Amino acid sequence: MMDKRTLALFAGCILFGILPMFINPYWTDVLNNVGLYTILALSLNIILGHAGLFHMGHAAFYAVGAYTTAILNTQYGVPVMYTMPLAGLLAGIFALIVARPIIHLRGDYLLIVTIGIVEIVRIALVNDIFGLTGGANGIFGIARPSMFGFKIKKPEHFFYLIWGFCLLTIFFMHRLENSRFGRALNYIKEDDVAAEGSGIDTAYYKLIAFVLGAFWAGMTGTIFAAKMTIISPESFSFWESVVLFTIVILGGMGSIRGVLVGAFLIIGLPELFRELAMWRMLVFGLAMILMMIFRTQGLIPPPPRKYDVLAYLKDAIKPSAASAEGGAR
Amino acid sequence: MEEFFQQLTNGLAVGGIYALIALGYTMVYGVLKLINFAHGDLFTIGAFLGLTLLTSLGLTDHLGAFAGVVVLAAMVIVLVGLIGFLLERTAYRPLRNSPRLSAVVSALGASIFFQNAVMLIWGARPLVYPHNILPKTIVSIFGMDVPLVRIIMLGTSLVLMYALYYLTHKTKIGAAIRAAAIDQGAAKLMGIDVNRVIALVFCIGPALGGAAGVMVGLYYGQISFTMGWLYGLKAFTAAILGGIGNIPGAMVGGLLLGVIESLGAAYISIAWKDAISFLVLILILIIRPTGLLGERVADKV
Amino acid sequence: MSLVQLKDLTKTFGGLVAVNDVSFNVEQGSIVGLIGPNGAGKTTVFNLITGNYIPDTGQVLFDGKDLVGMRTNRIVQHGIARTFQTIRLFQNMSALENVLSGCHCRMQSGVFSAMFRTPAQKREERLAVDRAMGELQFVGLLDQWNNAAKNLSYGKQRLLEIARALATQPRFIILDEPAGGMNDQETQELIELIKAIRDRGITVLLIEHDMSLVMKVCEHLVVLEYGAVIAQGGPSEIKNNPRVIEAYLGVDDDLL
Repeated sequence: MMDKRTLALFAGCILFGILPMFINPYWTDVLNNVGLYTILALSLNIILGHAGLFHMGHAAFYAVGAYTTAILNTQYGVPVMYTMPLAGLLAGIFALIVARPIIHLRGDYLLIVTIGIVEIVRIALVNDIFGLTGGANGIFGIARPSMFGFKIKKPEHFFYLIWGFCLLTIFFMHRLENSRFGRALNYIKEDDVAAEGSGIDTAYYKLIAFVLGAFWAGMTGTIFAAKMTIISPESFSFWESVVLFTIVILGGMGSIRGVLVGAFLIIGLPELFRELAMWRMLVFGLAMILMMIFRTQGLIPPPPRKYDVLAYLKDAIKPSAASAEGGAR
Repeated sequence: MEEFFQQLTNGLAVGGIYALIALGYTMVYGVLKLINFAHGDLFTIGAFLGLTLLTSLGLTDHLGAFAGVVVLAAMVIVLVGLIGFLLERTAYRPLRNSPRLSAVVSALGASIFFQNAVMLIWGARPLVYPHNILPKTIVSIFGMDVPLVRIIMLGTSLVLMYALYYLTHKTKIGAAIRAAAIDQGAAKLMGIDVNRVIALVFCIGPALGGAAGVMVGLYYGQISFTMGWLYGLKAFTAAILGGIGNIPGAMVGGLLLGVIESLGAAYISIAWKDAISFLVLILILIIRPTGLLGERVADKV
Repeated sequence: MSLVQLKDLTKTFGGLVAVNDVSFNVEQGSIVGLIGPNGAGKTTVFNLITGNYIPDTGQVLFDGKDLVGMRTNRIVQHGIARTFQTIRLFQNMSALENVLSGCHCRMQSGVFSAMFRTPAQKREERLAVDRAMGELQFVGLLDQWNNAAKNLSYGKQRLLEIARALATQPRFIILDEPAGGMNDQETQELIELIKAIRDRGITVLLIEHDMSLVMKVCEHLVVLEYGAVIAQGGPSEIKNNPRVIEAYLGVDDDLL
């Protein structure tokens, strides 16, 4: 029997899942965007939220994935969904090559370098590198995805594809957080000298964090490319990275719930106030400053991990070698 | 050879501007160990404020080109310096004792805030400085033709740089700034009011950036609300190139970067011009993080 | 063959010779103290052993194998654990999670096993938590398992660092001023704890300024002054060694 909280969560998901049947396709599309950004922010969360690496170049990994799908689909006719793993793989390899030499840089410098990287990628795309990327106009005519014979083209269809993938992402991310891997990233974030001194290979884990985050962003790029059917360098600018960075930082670093809330607020909320769209970034800028001054952990900080240790506390009858405390809890 | 010389002089003119902006980064980094991401936007504010003041007060009409520009520069320097001071007070000082990431994020937030404020106040479309202020004459140096403006640009940069050098190396307050940059704790023990020093640095650095903004407006004619980002990143590259925290380094770095970029644009490709600067940045941080003259940026094992 | 052999270790920083041709051995199963006045280079020697610094010359032989040039985390995997003089715990994480960081290097599961929660991964997690709780109990912090490290008193934080180091299953542990900030009672308990560590088969090297602790617990002492070894021997020899007394107290002018 599920406890009340899980039941409520389940009910909430069901309600959310049937929304597209009742709302305007425009709003379904808004939710689709929120979903895409949520997945991207969750992939950035591994790098920035958990490992604490200042990374402002995430759009570059997203771009590699999207362009891989676009090129494979338009030039070689590969069905979109089949390109997804390859998009992720290439993004991951790209991350490996690019992150390797910069992984040891201190915080703010790493930040600057990642900005430089995302810009170089964008310029390379605009300059039609290898003659494949279509220059400033990008690539058009990307096919719609089809799963099990069903062609996905309307916002309502994409809703289930995107949020289904999002659910899968949340599932895996949750497991990663509560594992040796997730802990290692957190140790590195807190104090990487101490982490190294405890036997953790910090360089390796930082690299894995980048590669994993890139892999996930790359796969998301596939969905994006298929949804838009046209992609151009504009969608992968530094500002996209800033939006993702903001979602993670403001939402709550290392917190899945925080990222979810952050995505809804930053992508969804402005849609409710379209007239004030121009003020969106201004408000974000201010919000970042205020959040840092008043609530550094973000809106919804991560919940502590749970450990089942009741057995040990009950058995602790023997006094330990240097104990002076009065018994267990 | 003629082509090379043209590119060289152009590079130096632009480099002088990069140097002025770079100085702002390097001075702030020196005392706070913080990269002031909002610095590029202060440069932008300088450019836009300059234009507004210039056209609304008709400075050059009333005072003539030279005097008009000098007065304009002075006004912009004071105003942007003031904004810099306020920025430090509101967005950075409260985070003095917080973890590093907080200050970085706050700086980013400030940058986003300023850039969008400029957009909301002056509009998203690029604006144009009056064309008739700077002389169009060409002079002859070593038998080659050089537009006078380039010499004026470089000259102005050098004058401002010298003024800063004089301030930091030949005055008492300058010594205080350098002391605080080396060791804040020791400086406090020596009776230096570190808060005042930091406030001063946040006036001077942005002020120089603001002046650079006016210069860019006059030299290139066109200004847009996003220009601070690109110039800022390049100026930061220049500061790193010379060794962050190192004032003469920022000057050398700026000039050097301007020349590299100009020559790169001419001899390699214009389309990749900006990428070249970023590549320089990444390569320096990987290969020689201390820059030409400066400080460590990577963690030790 | 001694478990640990330091041979001709030298380290300079700029113009300053911090460690000057230091050589000494640590026998398996012993408790050795590294003492000397402030600034003698004791922590630097520790950093040279753990790979945080690379020596200019010399070797660090562990079981006959030279560890110089190896990365710190690999050295830990080889079986050398340390505590830090300035406490370096993961302040915002619980005591249990701090100790679990020590278990990390003795575990295997990576990204895939985490995502798919394989039976092997679950078993490994169980065992790691087992061990971590065991170490917490060993140092006497079991009831603090869920408390954030920053909330613990200074003395308890030192114990937590020791628990974390023990979780790496070391054969050799180096403690840098473990009694720093402890009161008399805590220091007594620390003496018992160090002996208990030795009784588990772990060799101990410690830096300590608290002479009563050093005299009661160390079997062998190495004395450093200005980066060089000036004396070695048992506690009673060292206590009466005039050169050592001079190093700590300075020379009495009347005796010259």
